[in-house]
Amino acid sequence: MLRYALLRIARALVTVSLIVSIAFVILRLSGDPAIIILGPEAPPEAFKAFRHAWGLDQPIWVQYLKYFNAIFHGDLGNSMRDGRSALEVVGERIPLTLAITIPALFLKVLIGLPAGVYAALHRNTAIDRLIMTLSVFGFTVPSFVLGLVLAMIFAVKLGWLPSGGSDTWLHAVLPIFTMGMIGAAVIARFTRSAMLEVLGQPYIRTASAKGLVWRDVVVAHALPNAAIPTLTIVGFMVGSLVAGAVVVESVFSWPGVGRLLVTAVANRDLAVVQVILLFVGFTMVLANLIVDLLYGWVDPRLRTKRLQAGT
Amino acid sequence: MTIDSGNLNPTTQASRPSGGSFFTSKGRYRAFFETWPPIVLIALFFIGLAIFVVATAPLIAPYDFMAMDLRDRLTPPALFGGTWAHPLGTDELGRDLLSRLIISIRVSMMIAFLSTLIAGTLGITLGFLAAYFRGRVEQLIMMLIDAQASMPFMIIALAVLAFLGNSLVLFIVLMGFYGWERIARIARGLAIAATEQGYATSVRDLGASPMRIYGRHILPNIASTLIVSMTLNFPEVILLESGLSFLGLGVQPPMTSLGNMVGYGRDYIQSAPWIMLVPSAAIVLTTLSISIVGDWMRDRFDPTLR
Repeated sequence: MLRYALLRIARALVTVSLIVSIAFVILRLSGDPAIIILGPEAPPEAFKAFRHAWGLDQPIWVQYLKYFNAIFHGDLGNSMRDGRSALEVVGERIPLTLAITIPALFLKVLIGLPAGVYAALHRNTAIDRLIMTLSVFGFTVPSFVLGLVLAMIFAVKLGWLPSGGSDTWLHAVLPIFTMGMIGAAVIARFTRSAMLEVLGQPYIRTASAKGLVWRDVVVAHALPNAAIPTLTIVGFMVGSLVAGAVVVESVFSWPGVGRLLVTAVANRDLAVVQVILLFVGFTMVLANLIVDLLYGWVDPRLRTKRLQAGT
Repeated sequence: MTIDSGNLNPTTQASRPSGGSFFTSKGRYRAFFETWPPIVLIALFFIGLAIFVVATAPLIAPYDFMAMDLRDRLTPPALFGGTWAHPLGTDELGRDLLSRLIISIRVSMMIAFLSTLIAGTLGITLGFLAAYFRGRVEQLIMMLIDAQASMPFMIIALAVLAFLGNSLVLFIVLMGFYGWERIARIARGLAIAATEQGYATSVRDLGASPMRIYGRHILPNIASTLIVSMTLNFPEVILLESGLSFLGLGVQPPMTSLGNMVGYGRDYIQSAPWIMLVPSAAIVLTTLSISIVGDWMRDRFDPTLR
């Protein structure tokens, strides 16, 4: 188990440095920062001074190492819009995003898991078909369409809920509900197919054949095995808690990280975009690492199998 | 608590010829609808309609999609108090919504088609490379696949658009990076399985080059699975594209796409909801139809992908 865990952690570190490297490459590809910041008409001395001040006249690998160094010291530049530290600008939006994504995550799991398990256990019944039809809608209706339709019904027509902003908890209801519905559809579908696959396994037949009550077969044998693929998708959702709300935040004018990202991209506020990109990368890697370690804990087969496969 | 046998082996039901077994002979219509479920037929009809619109867009659009008519602003659709001059109504600048919808469907479908083609080519190439070289190359490709799969693509796309700016070509290429990792994973797995089969070994022993083995022999044999997974990728690209265009960061005006239309329509959600509802319905119908057909193809041709 220790060897498994160490391998996973090493891999997570590799992925993190890969993300940082990609950020560096994209940053350099985006053009000469001196021209972007000073404008093409600035005098040559200003360019020279700027390049020297930011170390842009040094070899690329020195810049690359310096970039790594700066990131691990939390020095990620300033927002071009208000000159504050980009880290600070992003940091103050994170709680607002979490305020809607965490309840939405609970909603997704609380609806999606039971719906998927129920559908699998009652395969090909009317309720299964209903759940699956709803789930296909969840997959194919874009979140902005669902959000706008909900806003039209509950805010414009009925006037029960506000359609945008973040002043009271009522403002959070529609965004949470929009994300929850769509996520629940995804989880329900994953859970259903995972359960169906497990239910077709010989050990389920064996458990039934040895006389276990069906309820015990499901609880003791089917559910734990079906949990593994479901864990992956939930882990992905946990990892995208910070950035999973880009579109929904924009629909409901919720001032979280997602909306900040959209305005930063529109204004090409690169420092802010970079902080969000790195932040999302780190949280995703962390969530994946936790899921991987949980896997090894839940399913001893994976520990040995993955080591043999050398991945 | 019964476990039906179809559960264990889905092929038996899907691959049975229509008409059922000889002792439960069914009516001709029933057999037909079991092979072609009505929902699939409806979905195929909508896909056909969409393809027709894509092919003939400028010809069937009643107006120029950019033509403004300020006297005819915000007219509702014909069935909701408007006139048949503008069957789906007009927007805030008096532009005909039907014409804009037709052009938007064309733009969105073309982007999704080209991007899926790019993703398919990239995925199949990398998957085959991994299957052919194994070892280090395979590990590198698997690492790239994992890295791509572990980031929400929306964030990557937004970051690239922020750093590199936006143009239609860049946007299509960017969308082409969506979903390649799933196709690569499938292509690799199938190619590895195929190389161990008789036919691949035979042509190799006959002295065929790797290009020939993979291109002429393995690819056609695993194509159906790959086409199914590309079909399932297609609606997701439409959703991604329309999401970015909705945010104002995808297709740029004066070009229009479905997401774009929804984005502009949301400002009129109170006074003229049809501006937003018309393209929304088009997105949902298109993605829903393609998903239904994709799922149906998967169940029919390739139960292993389930």
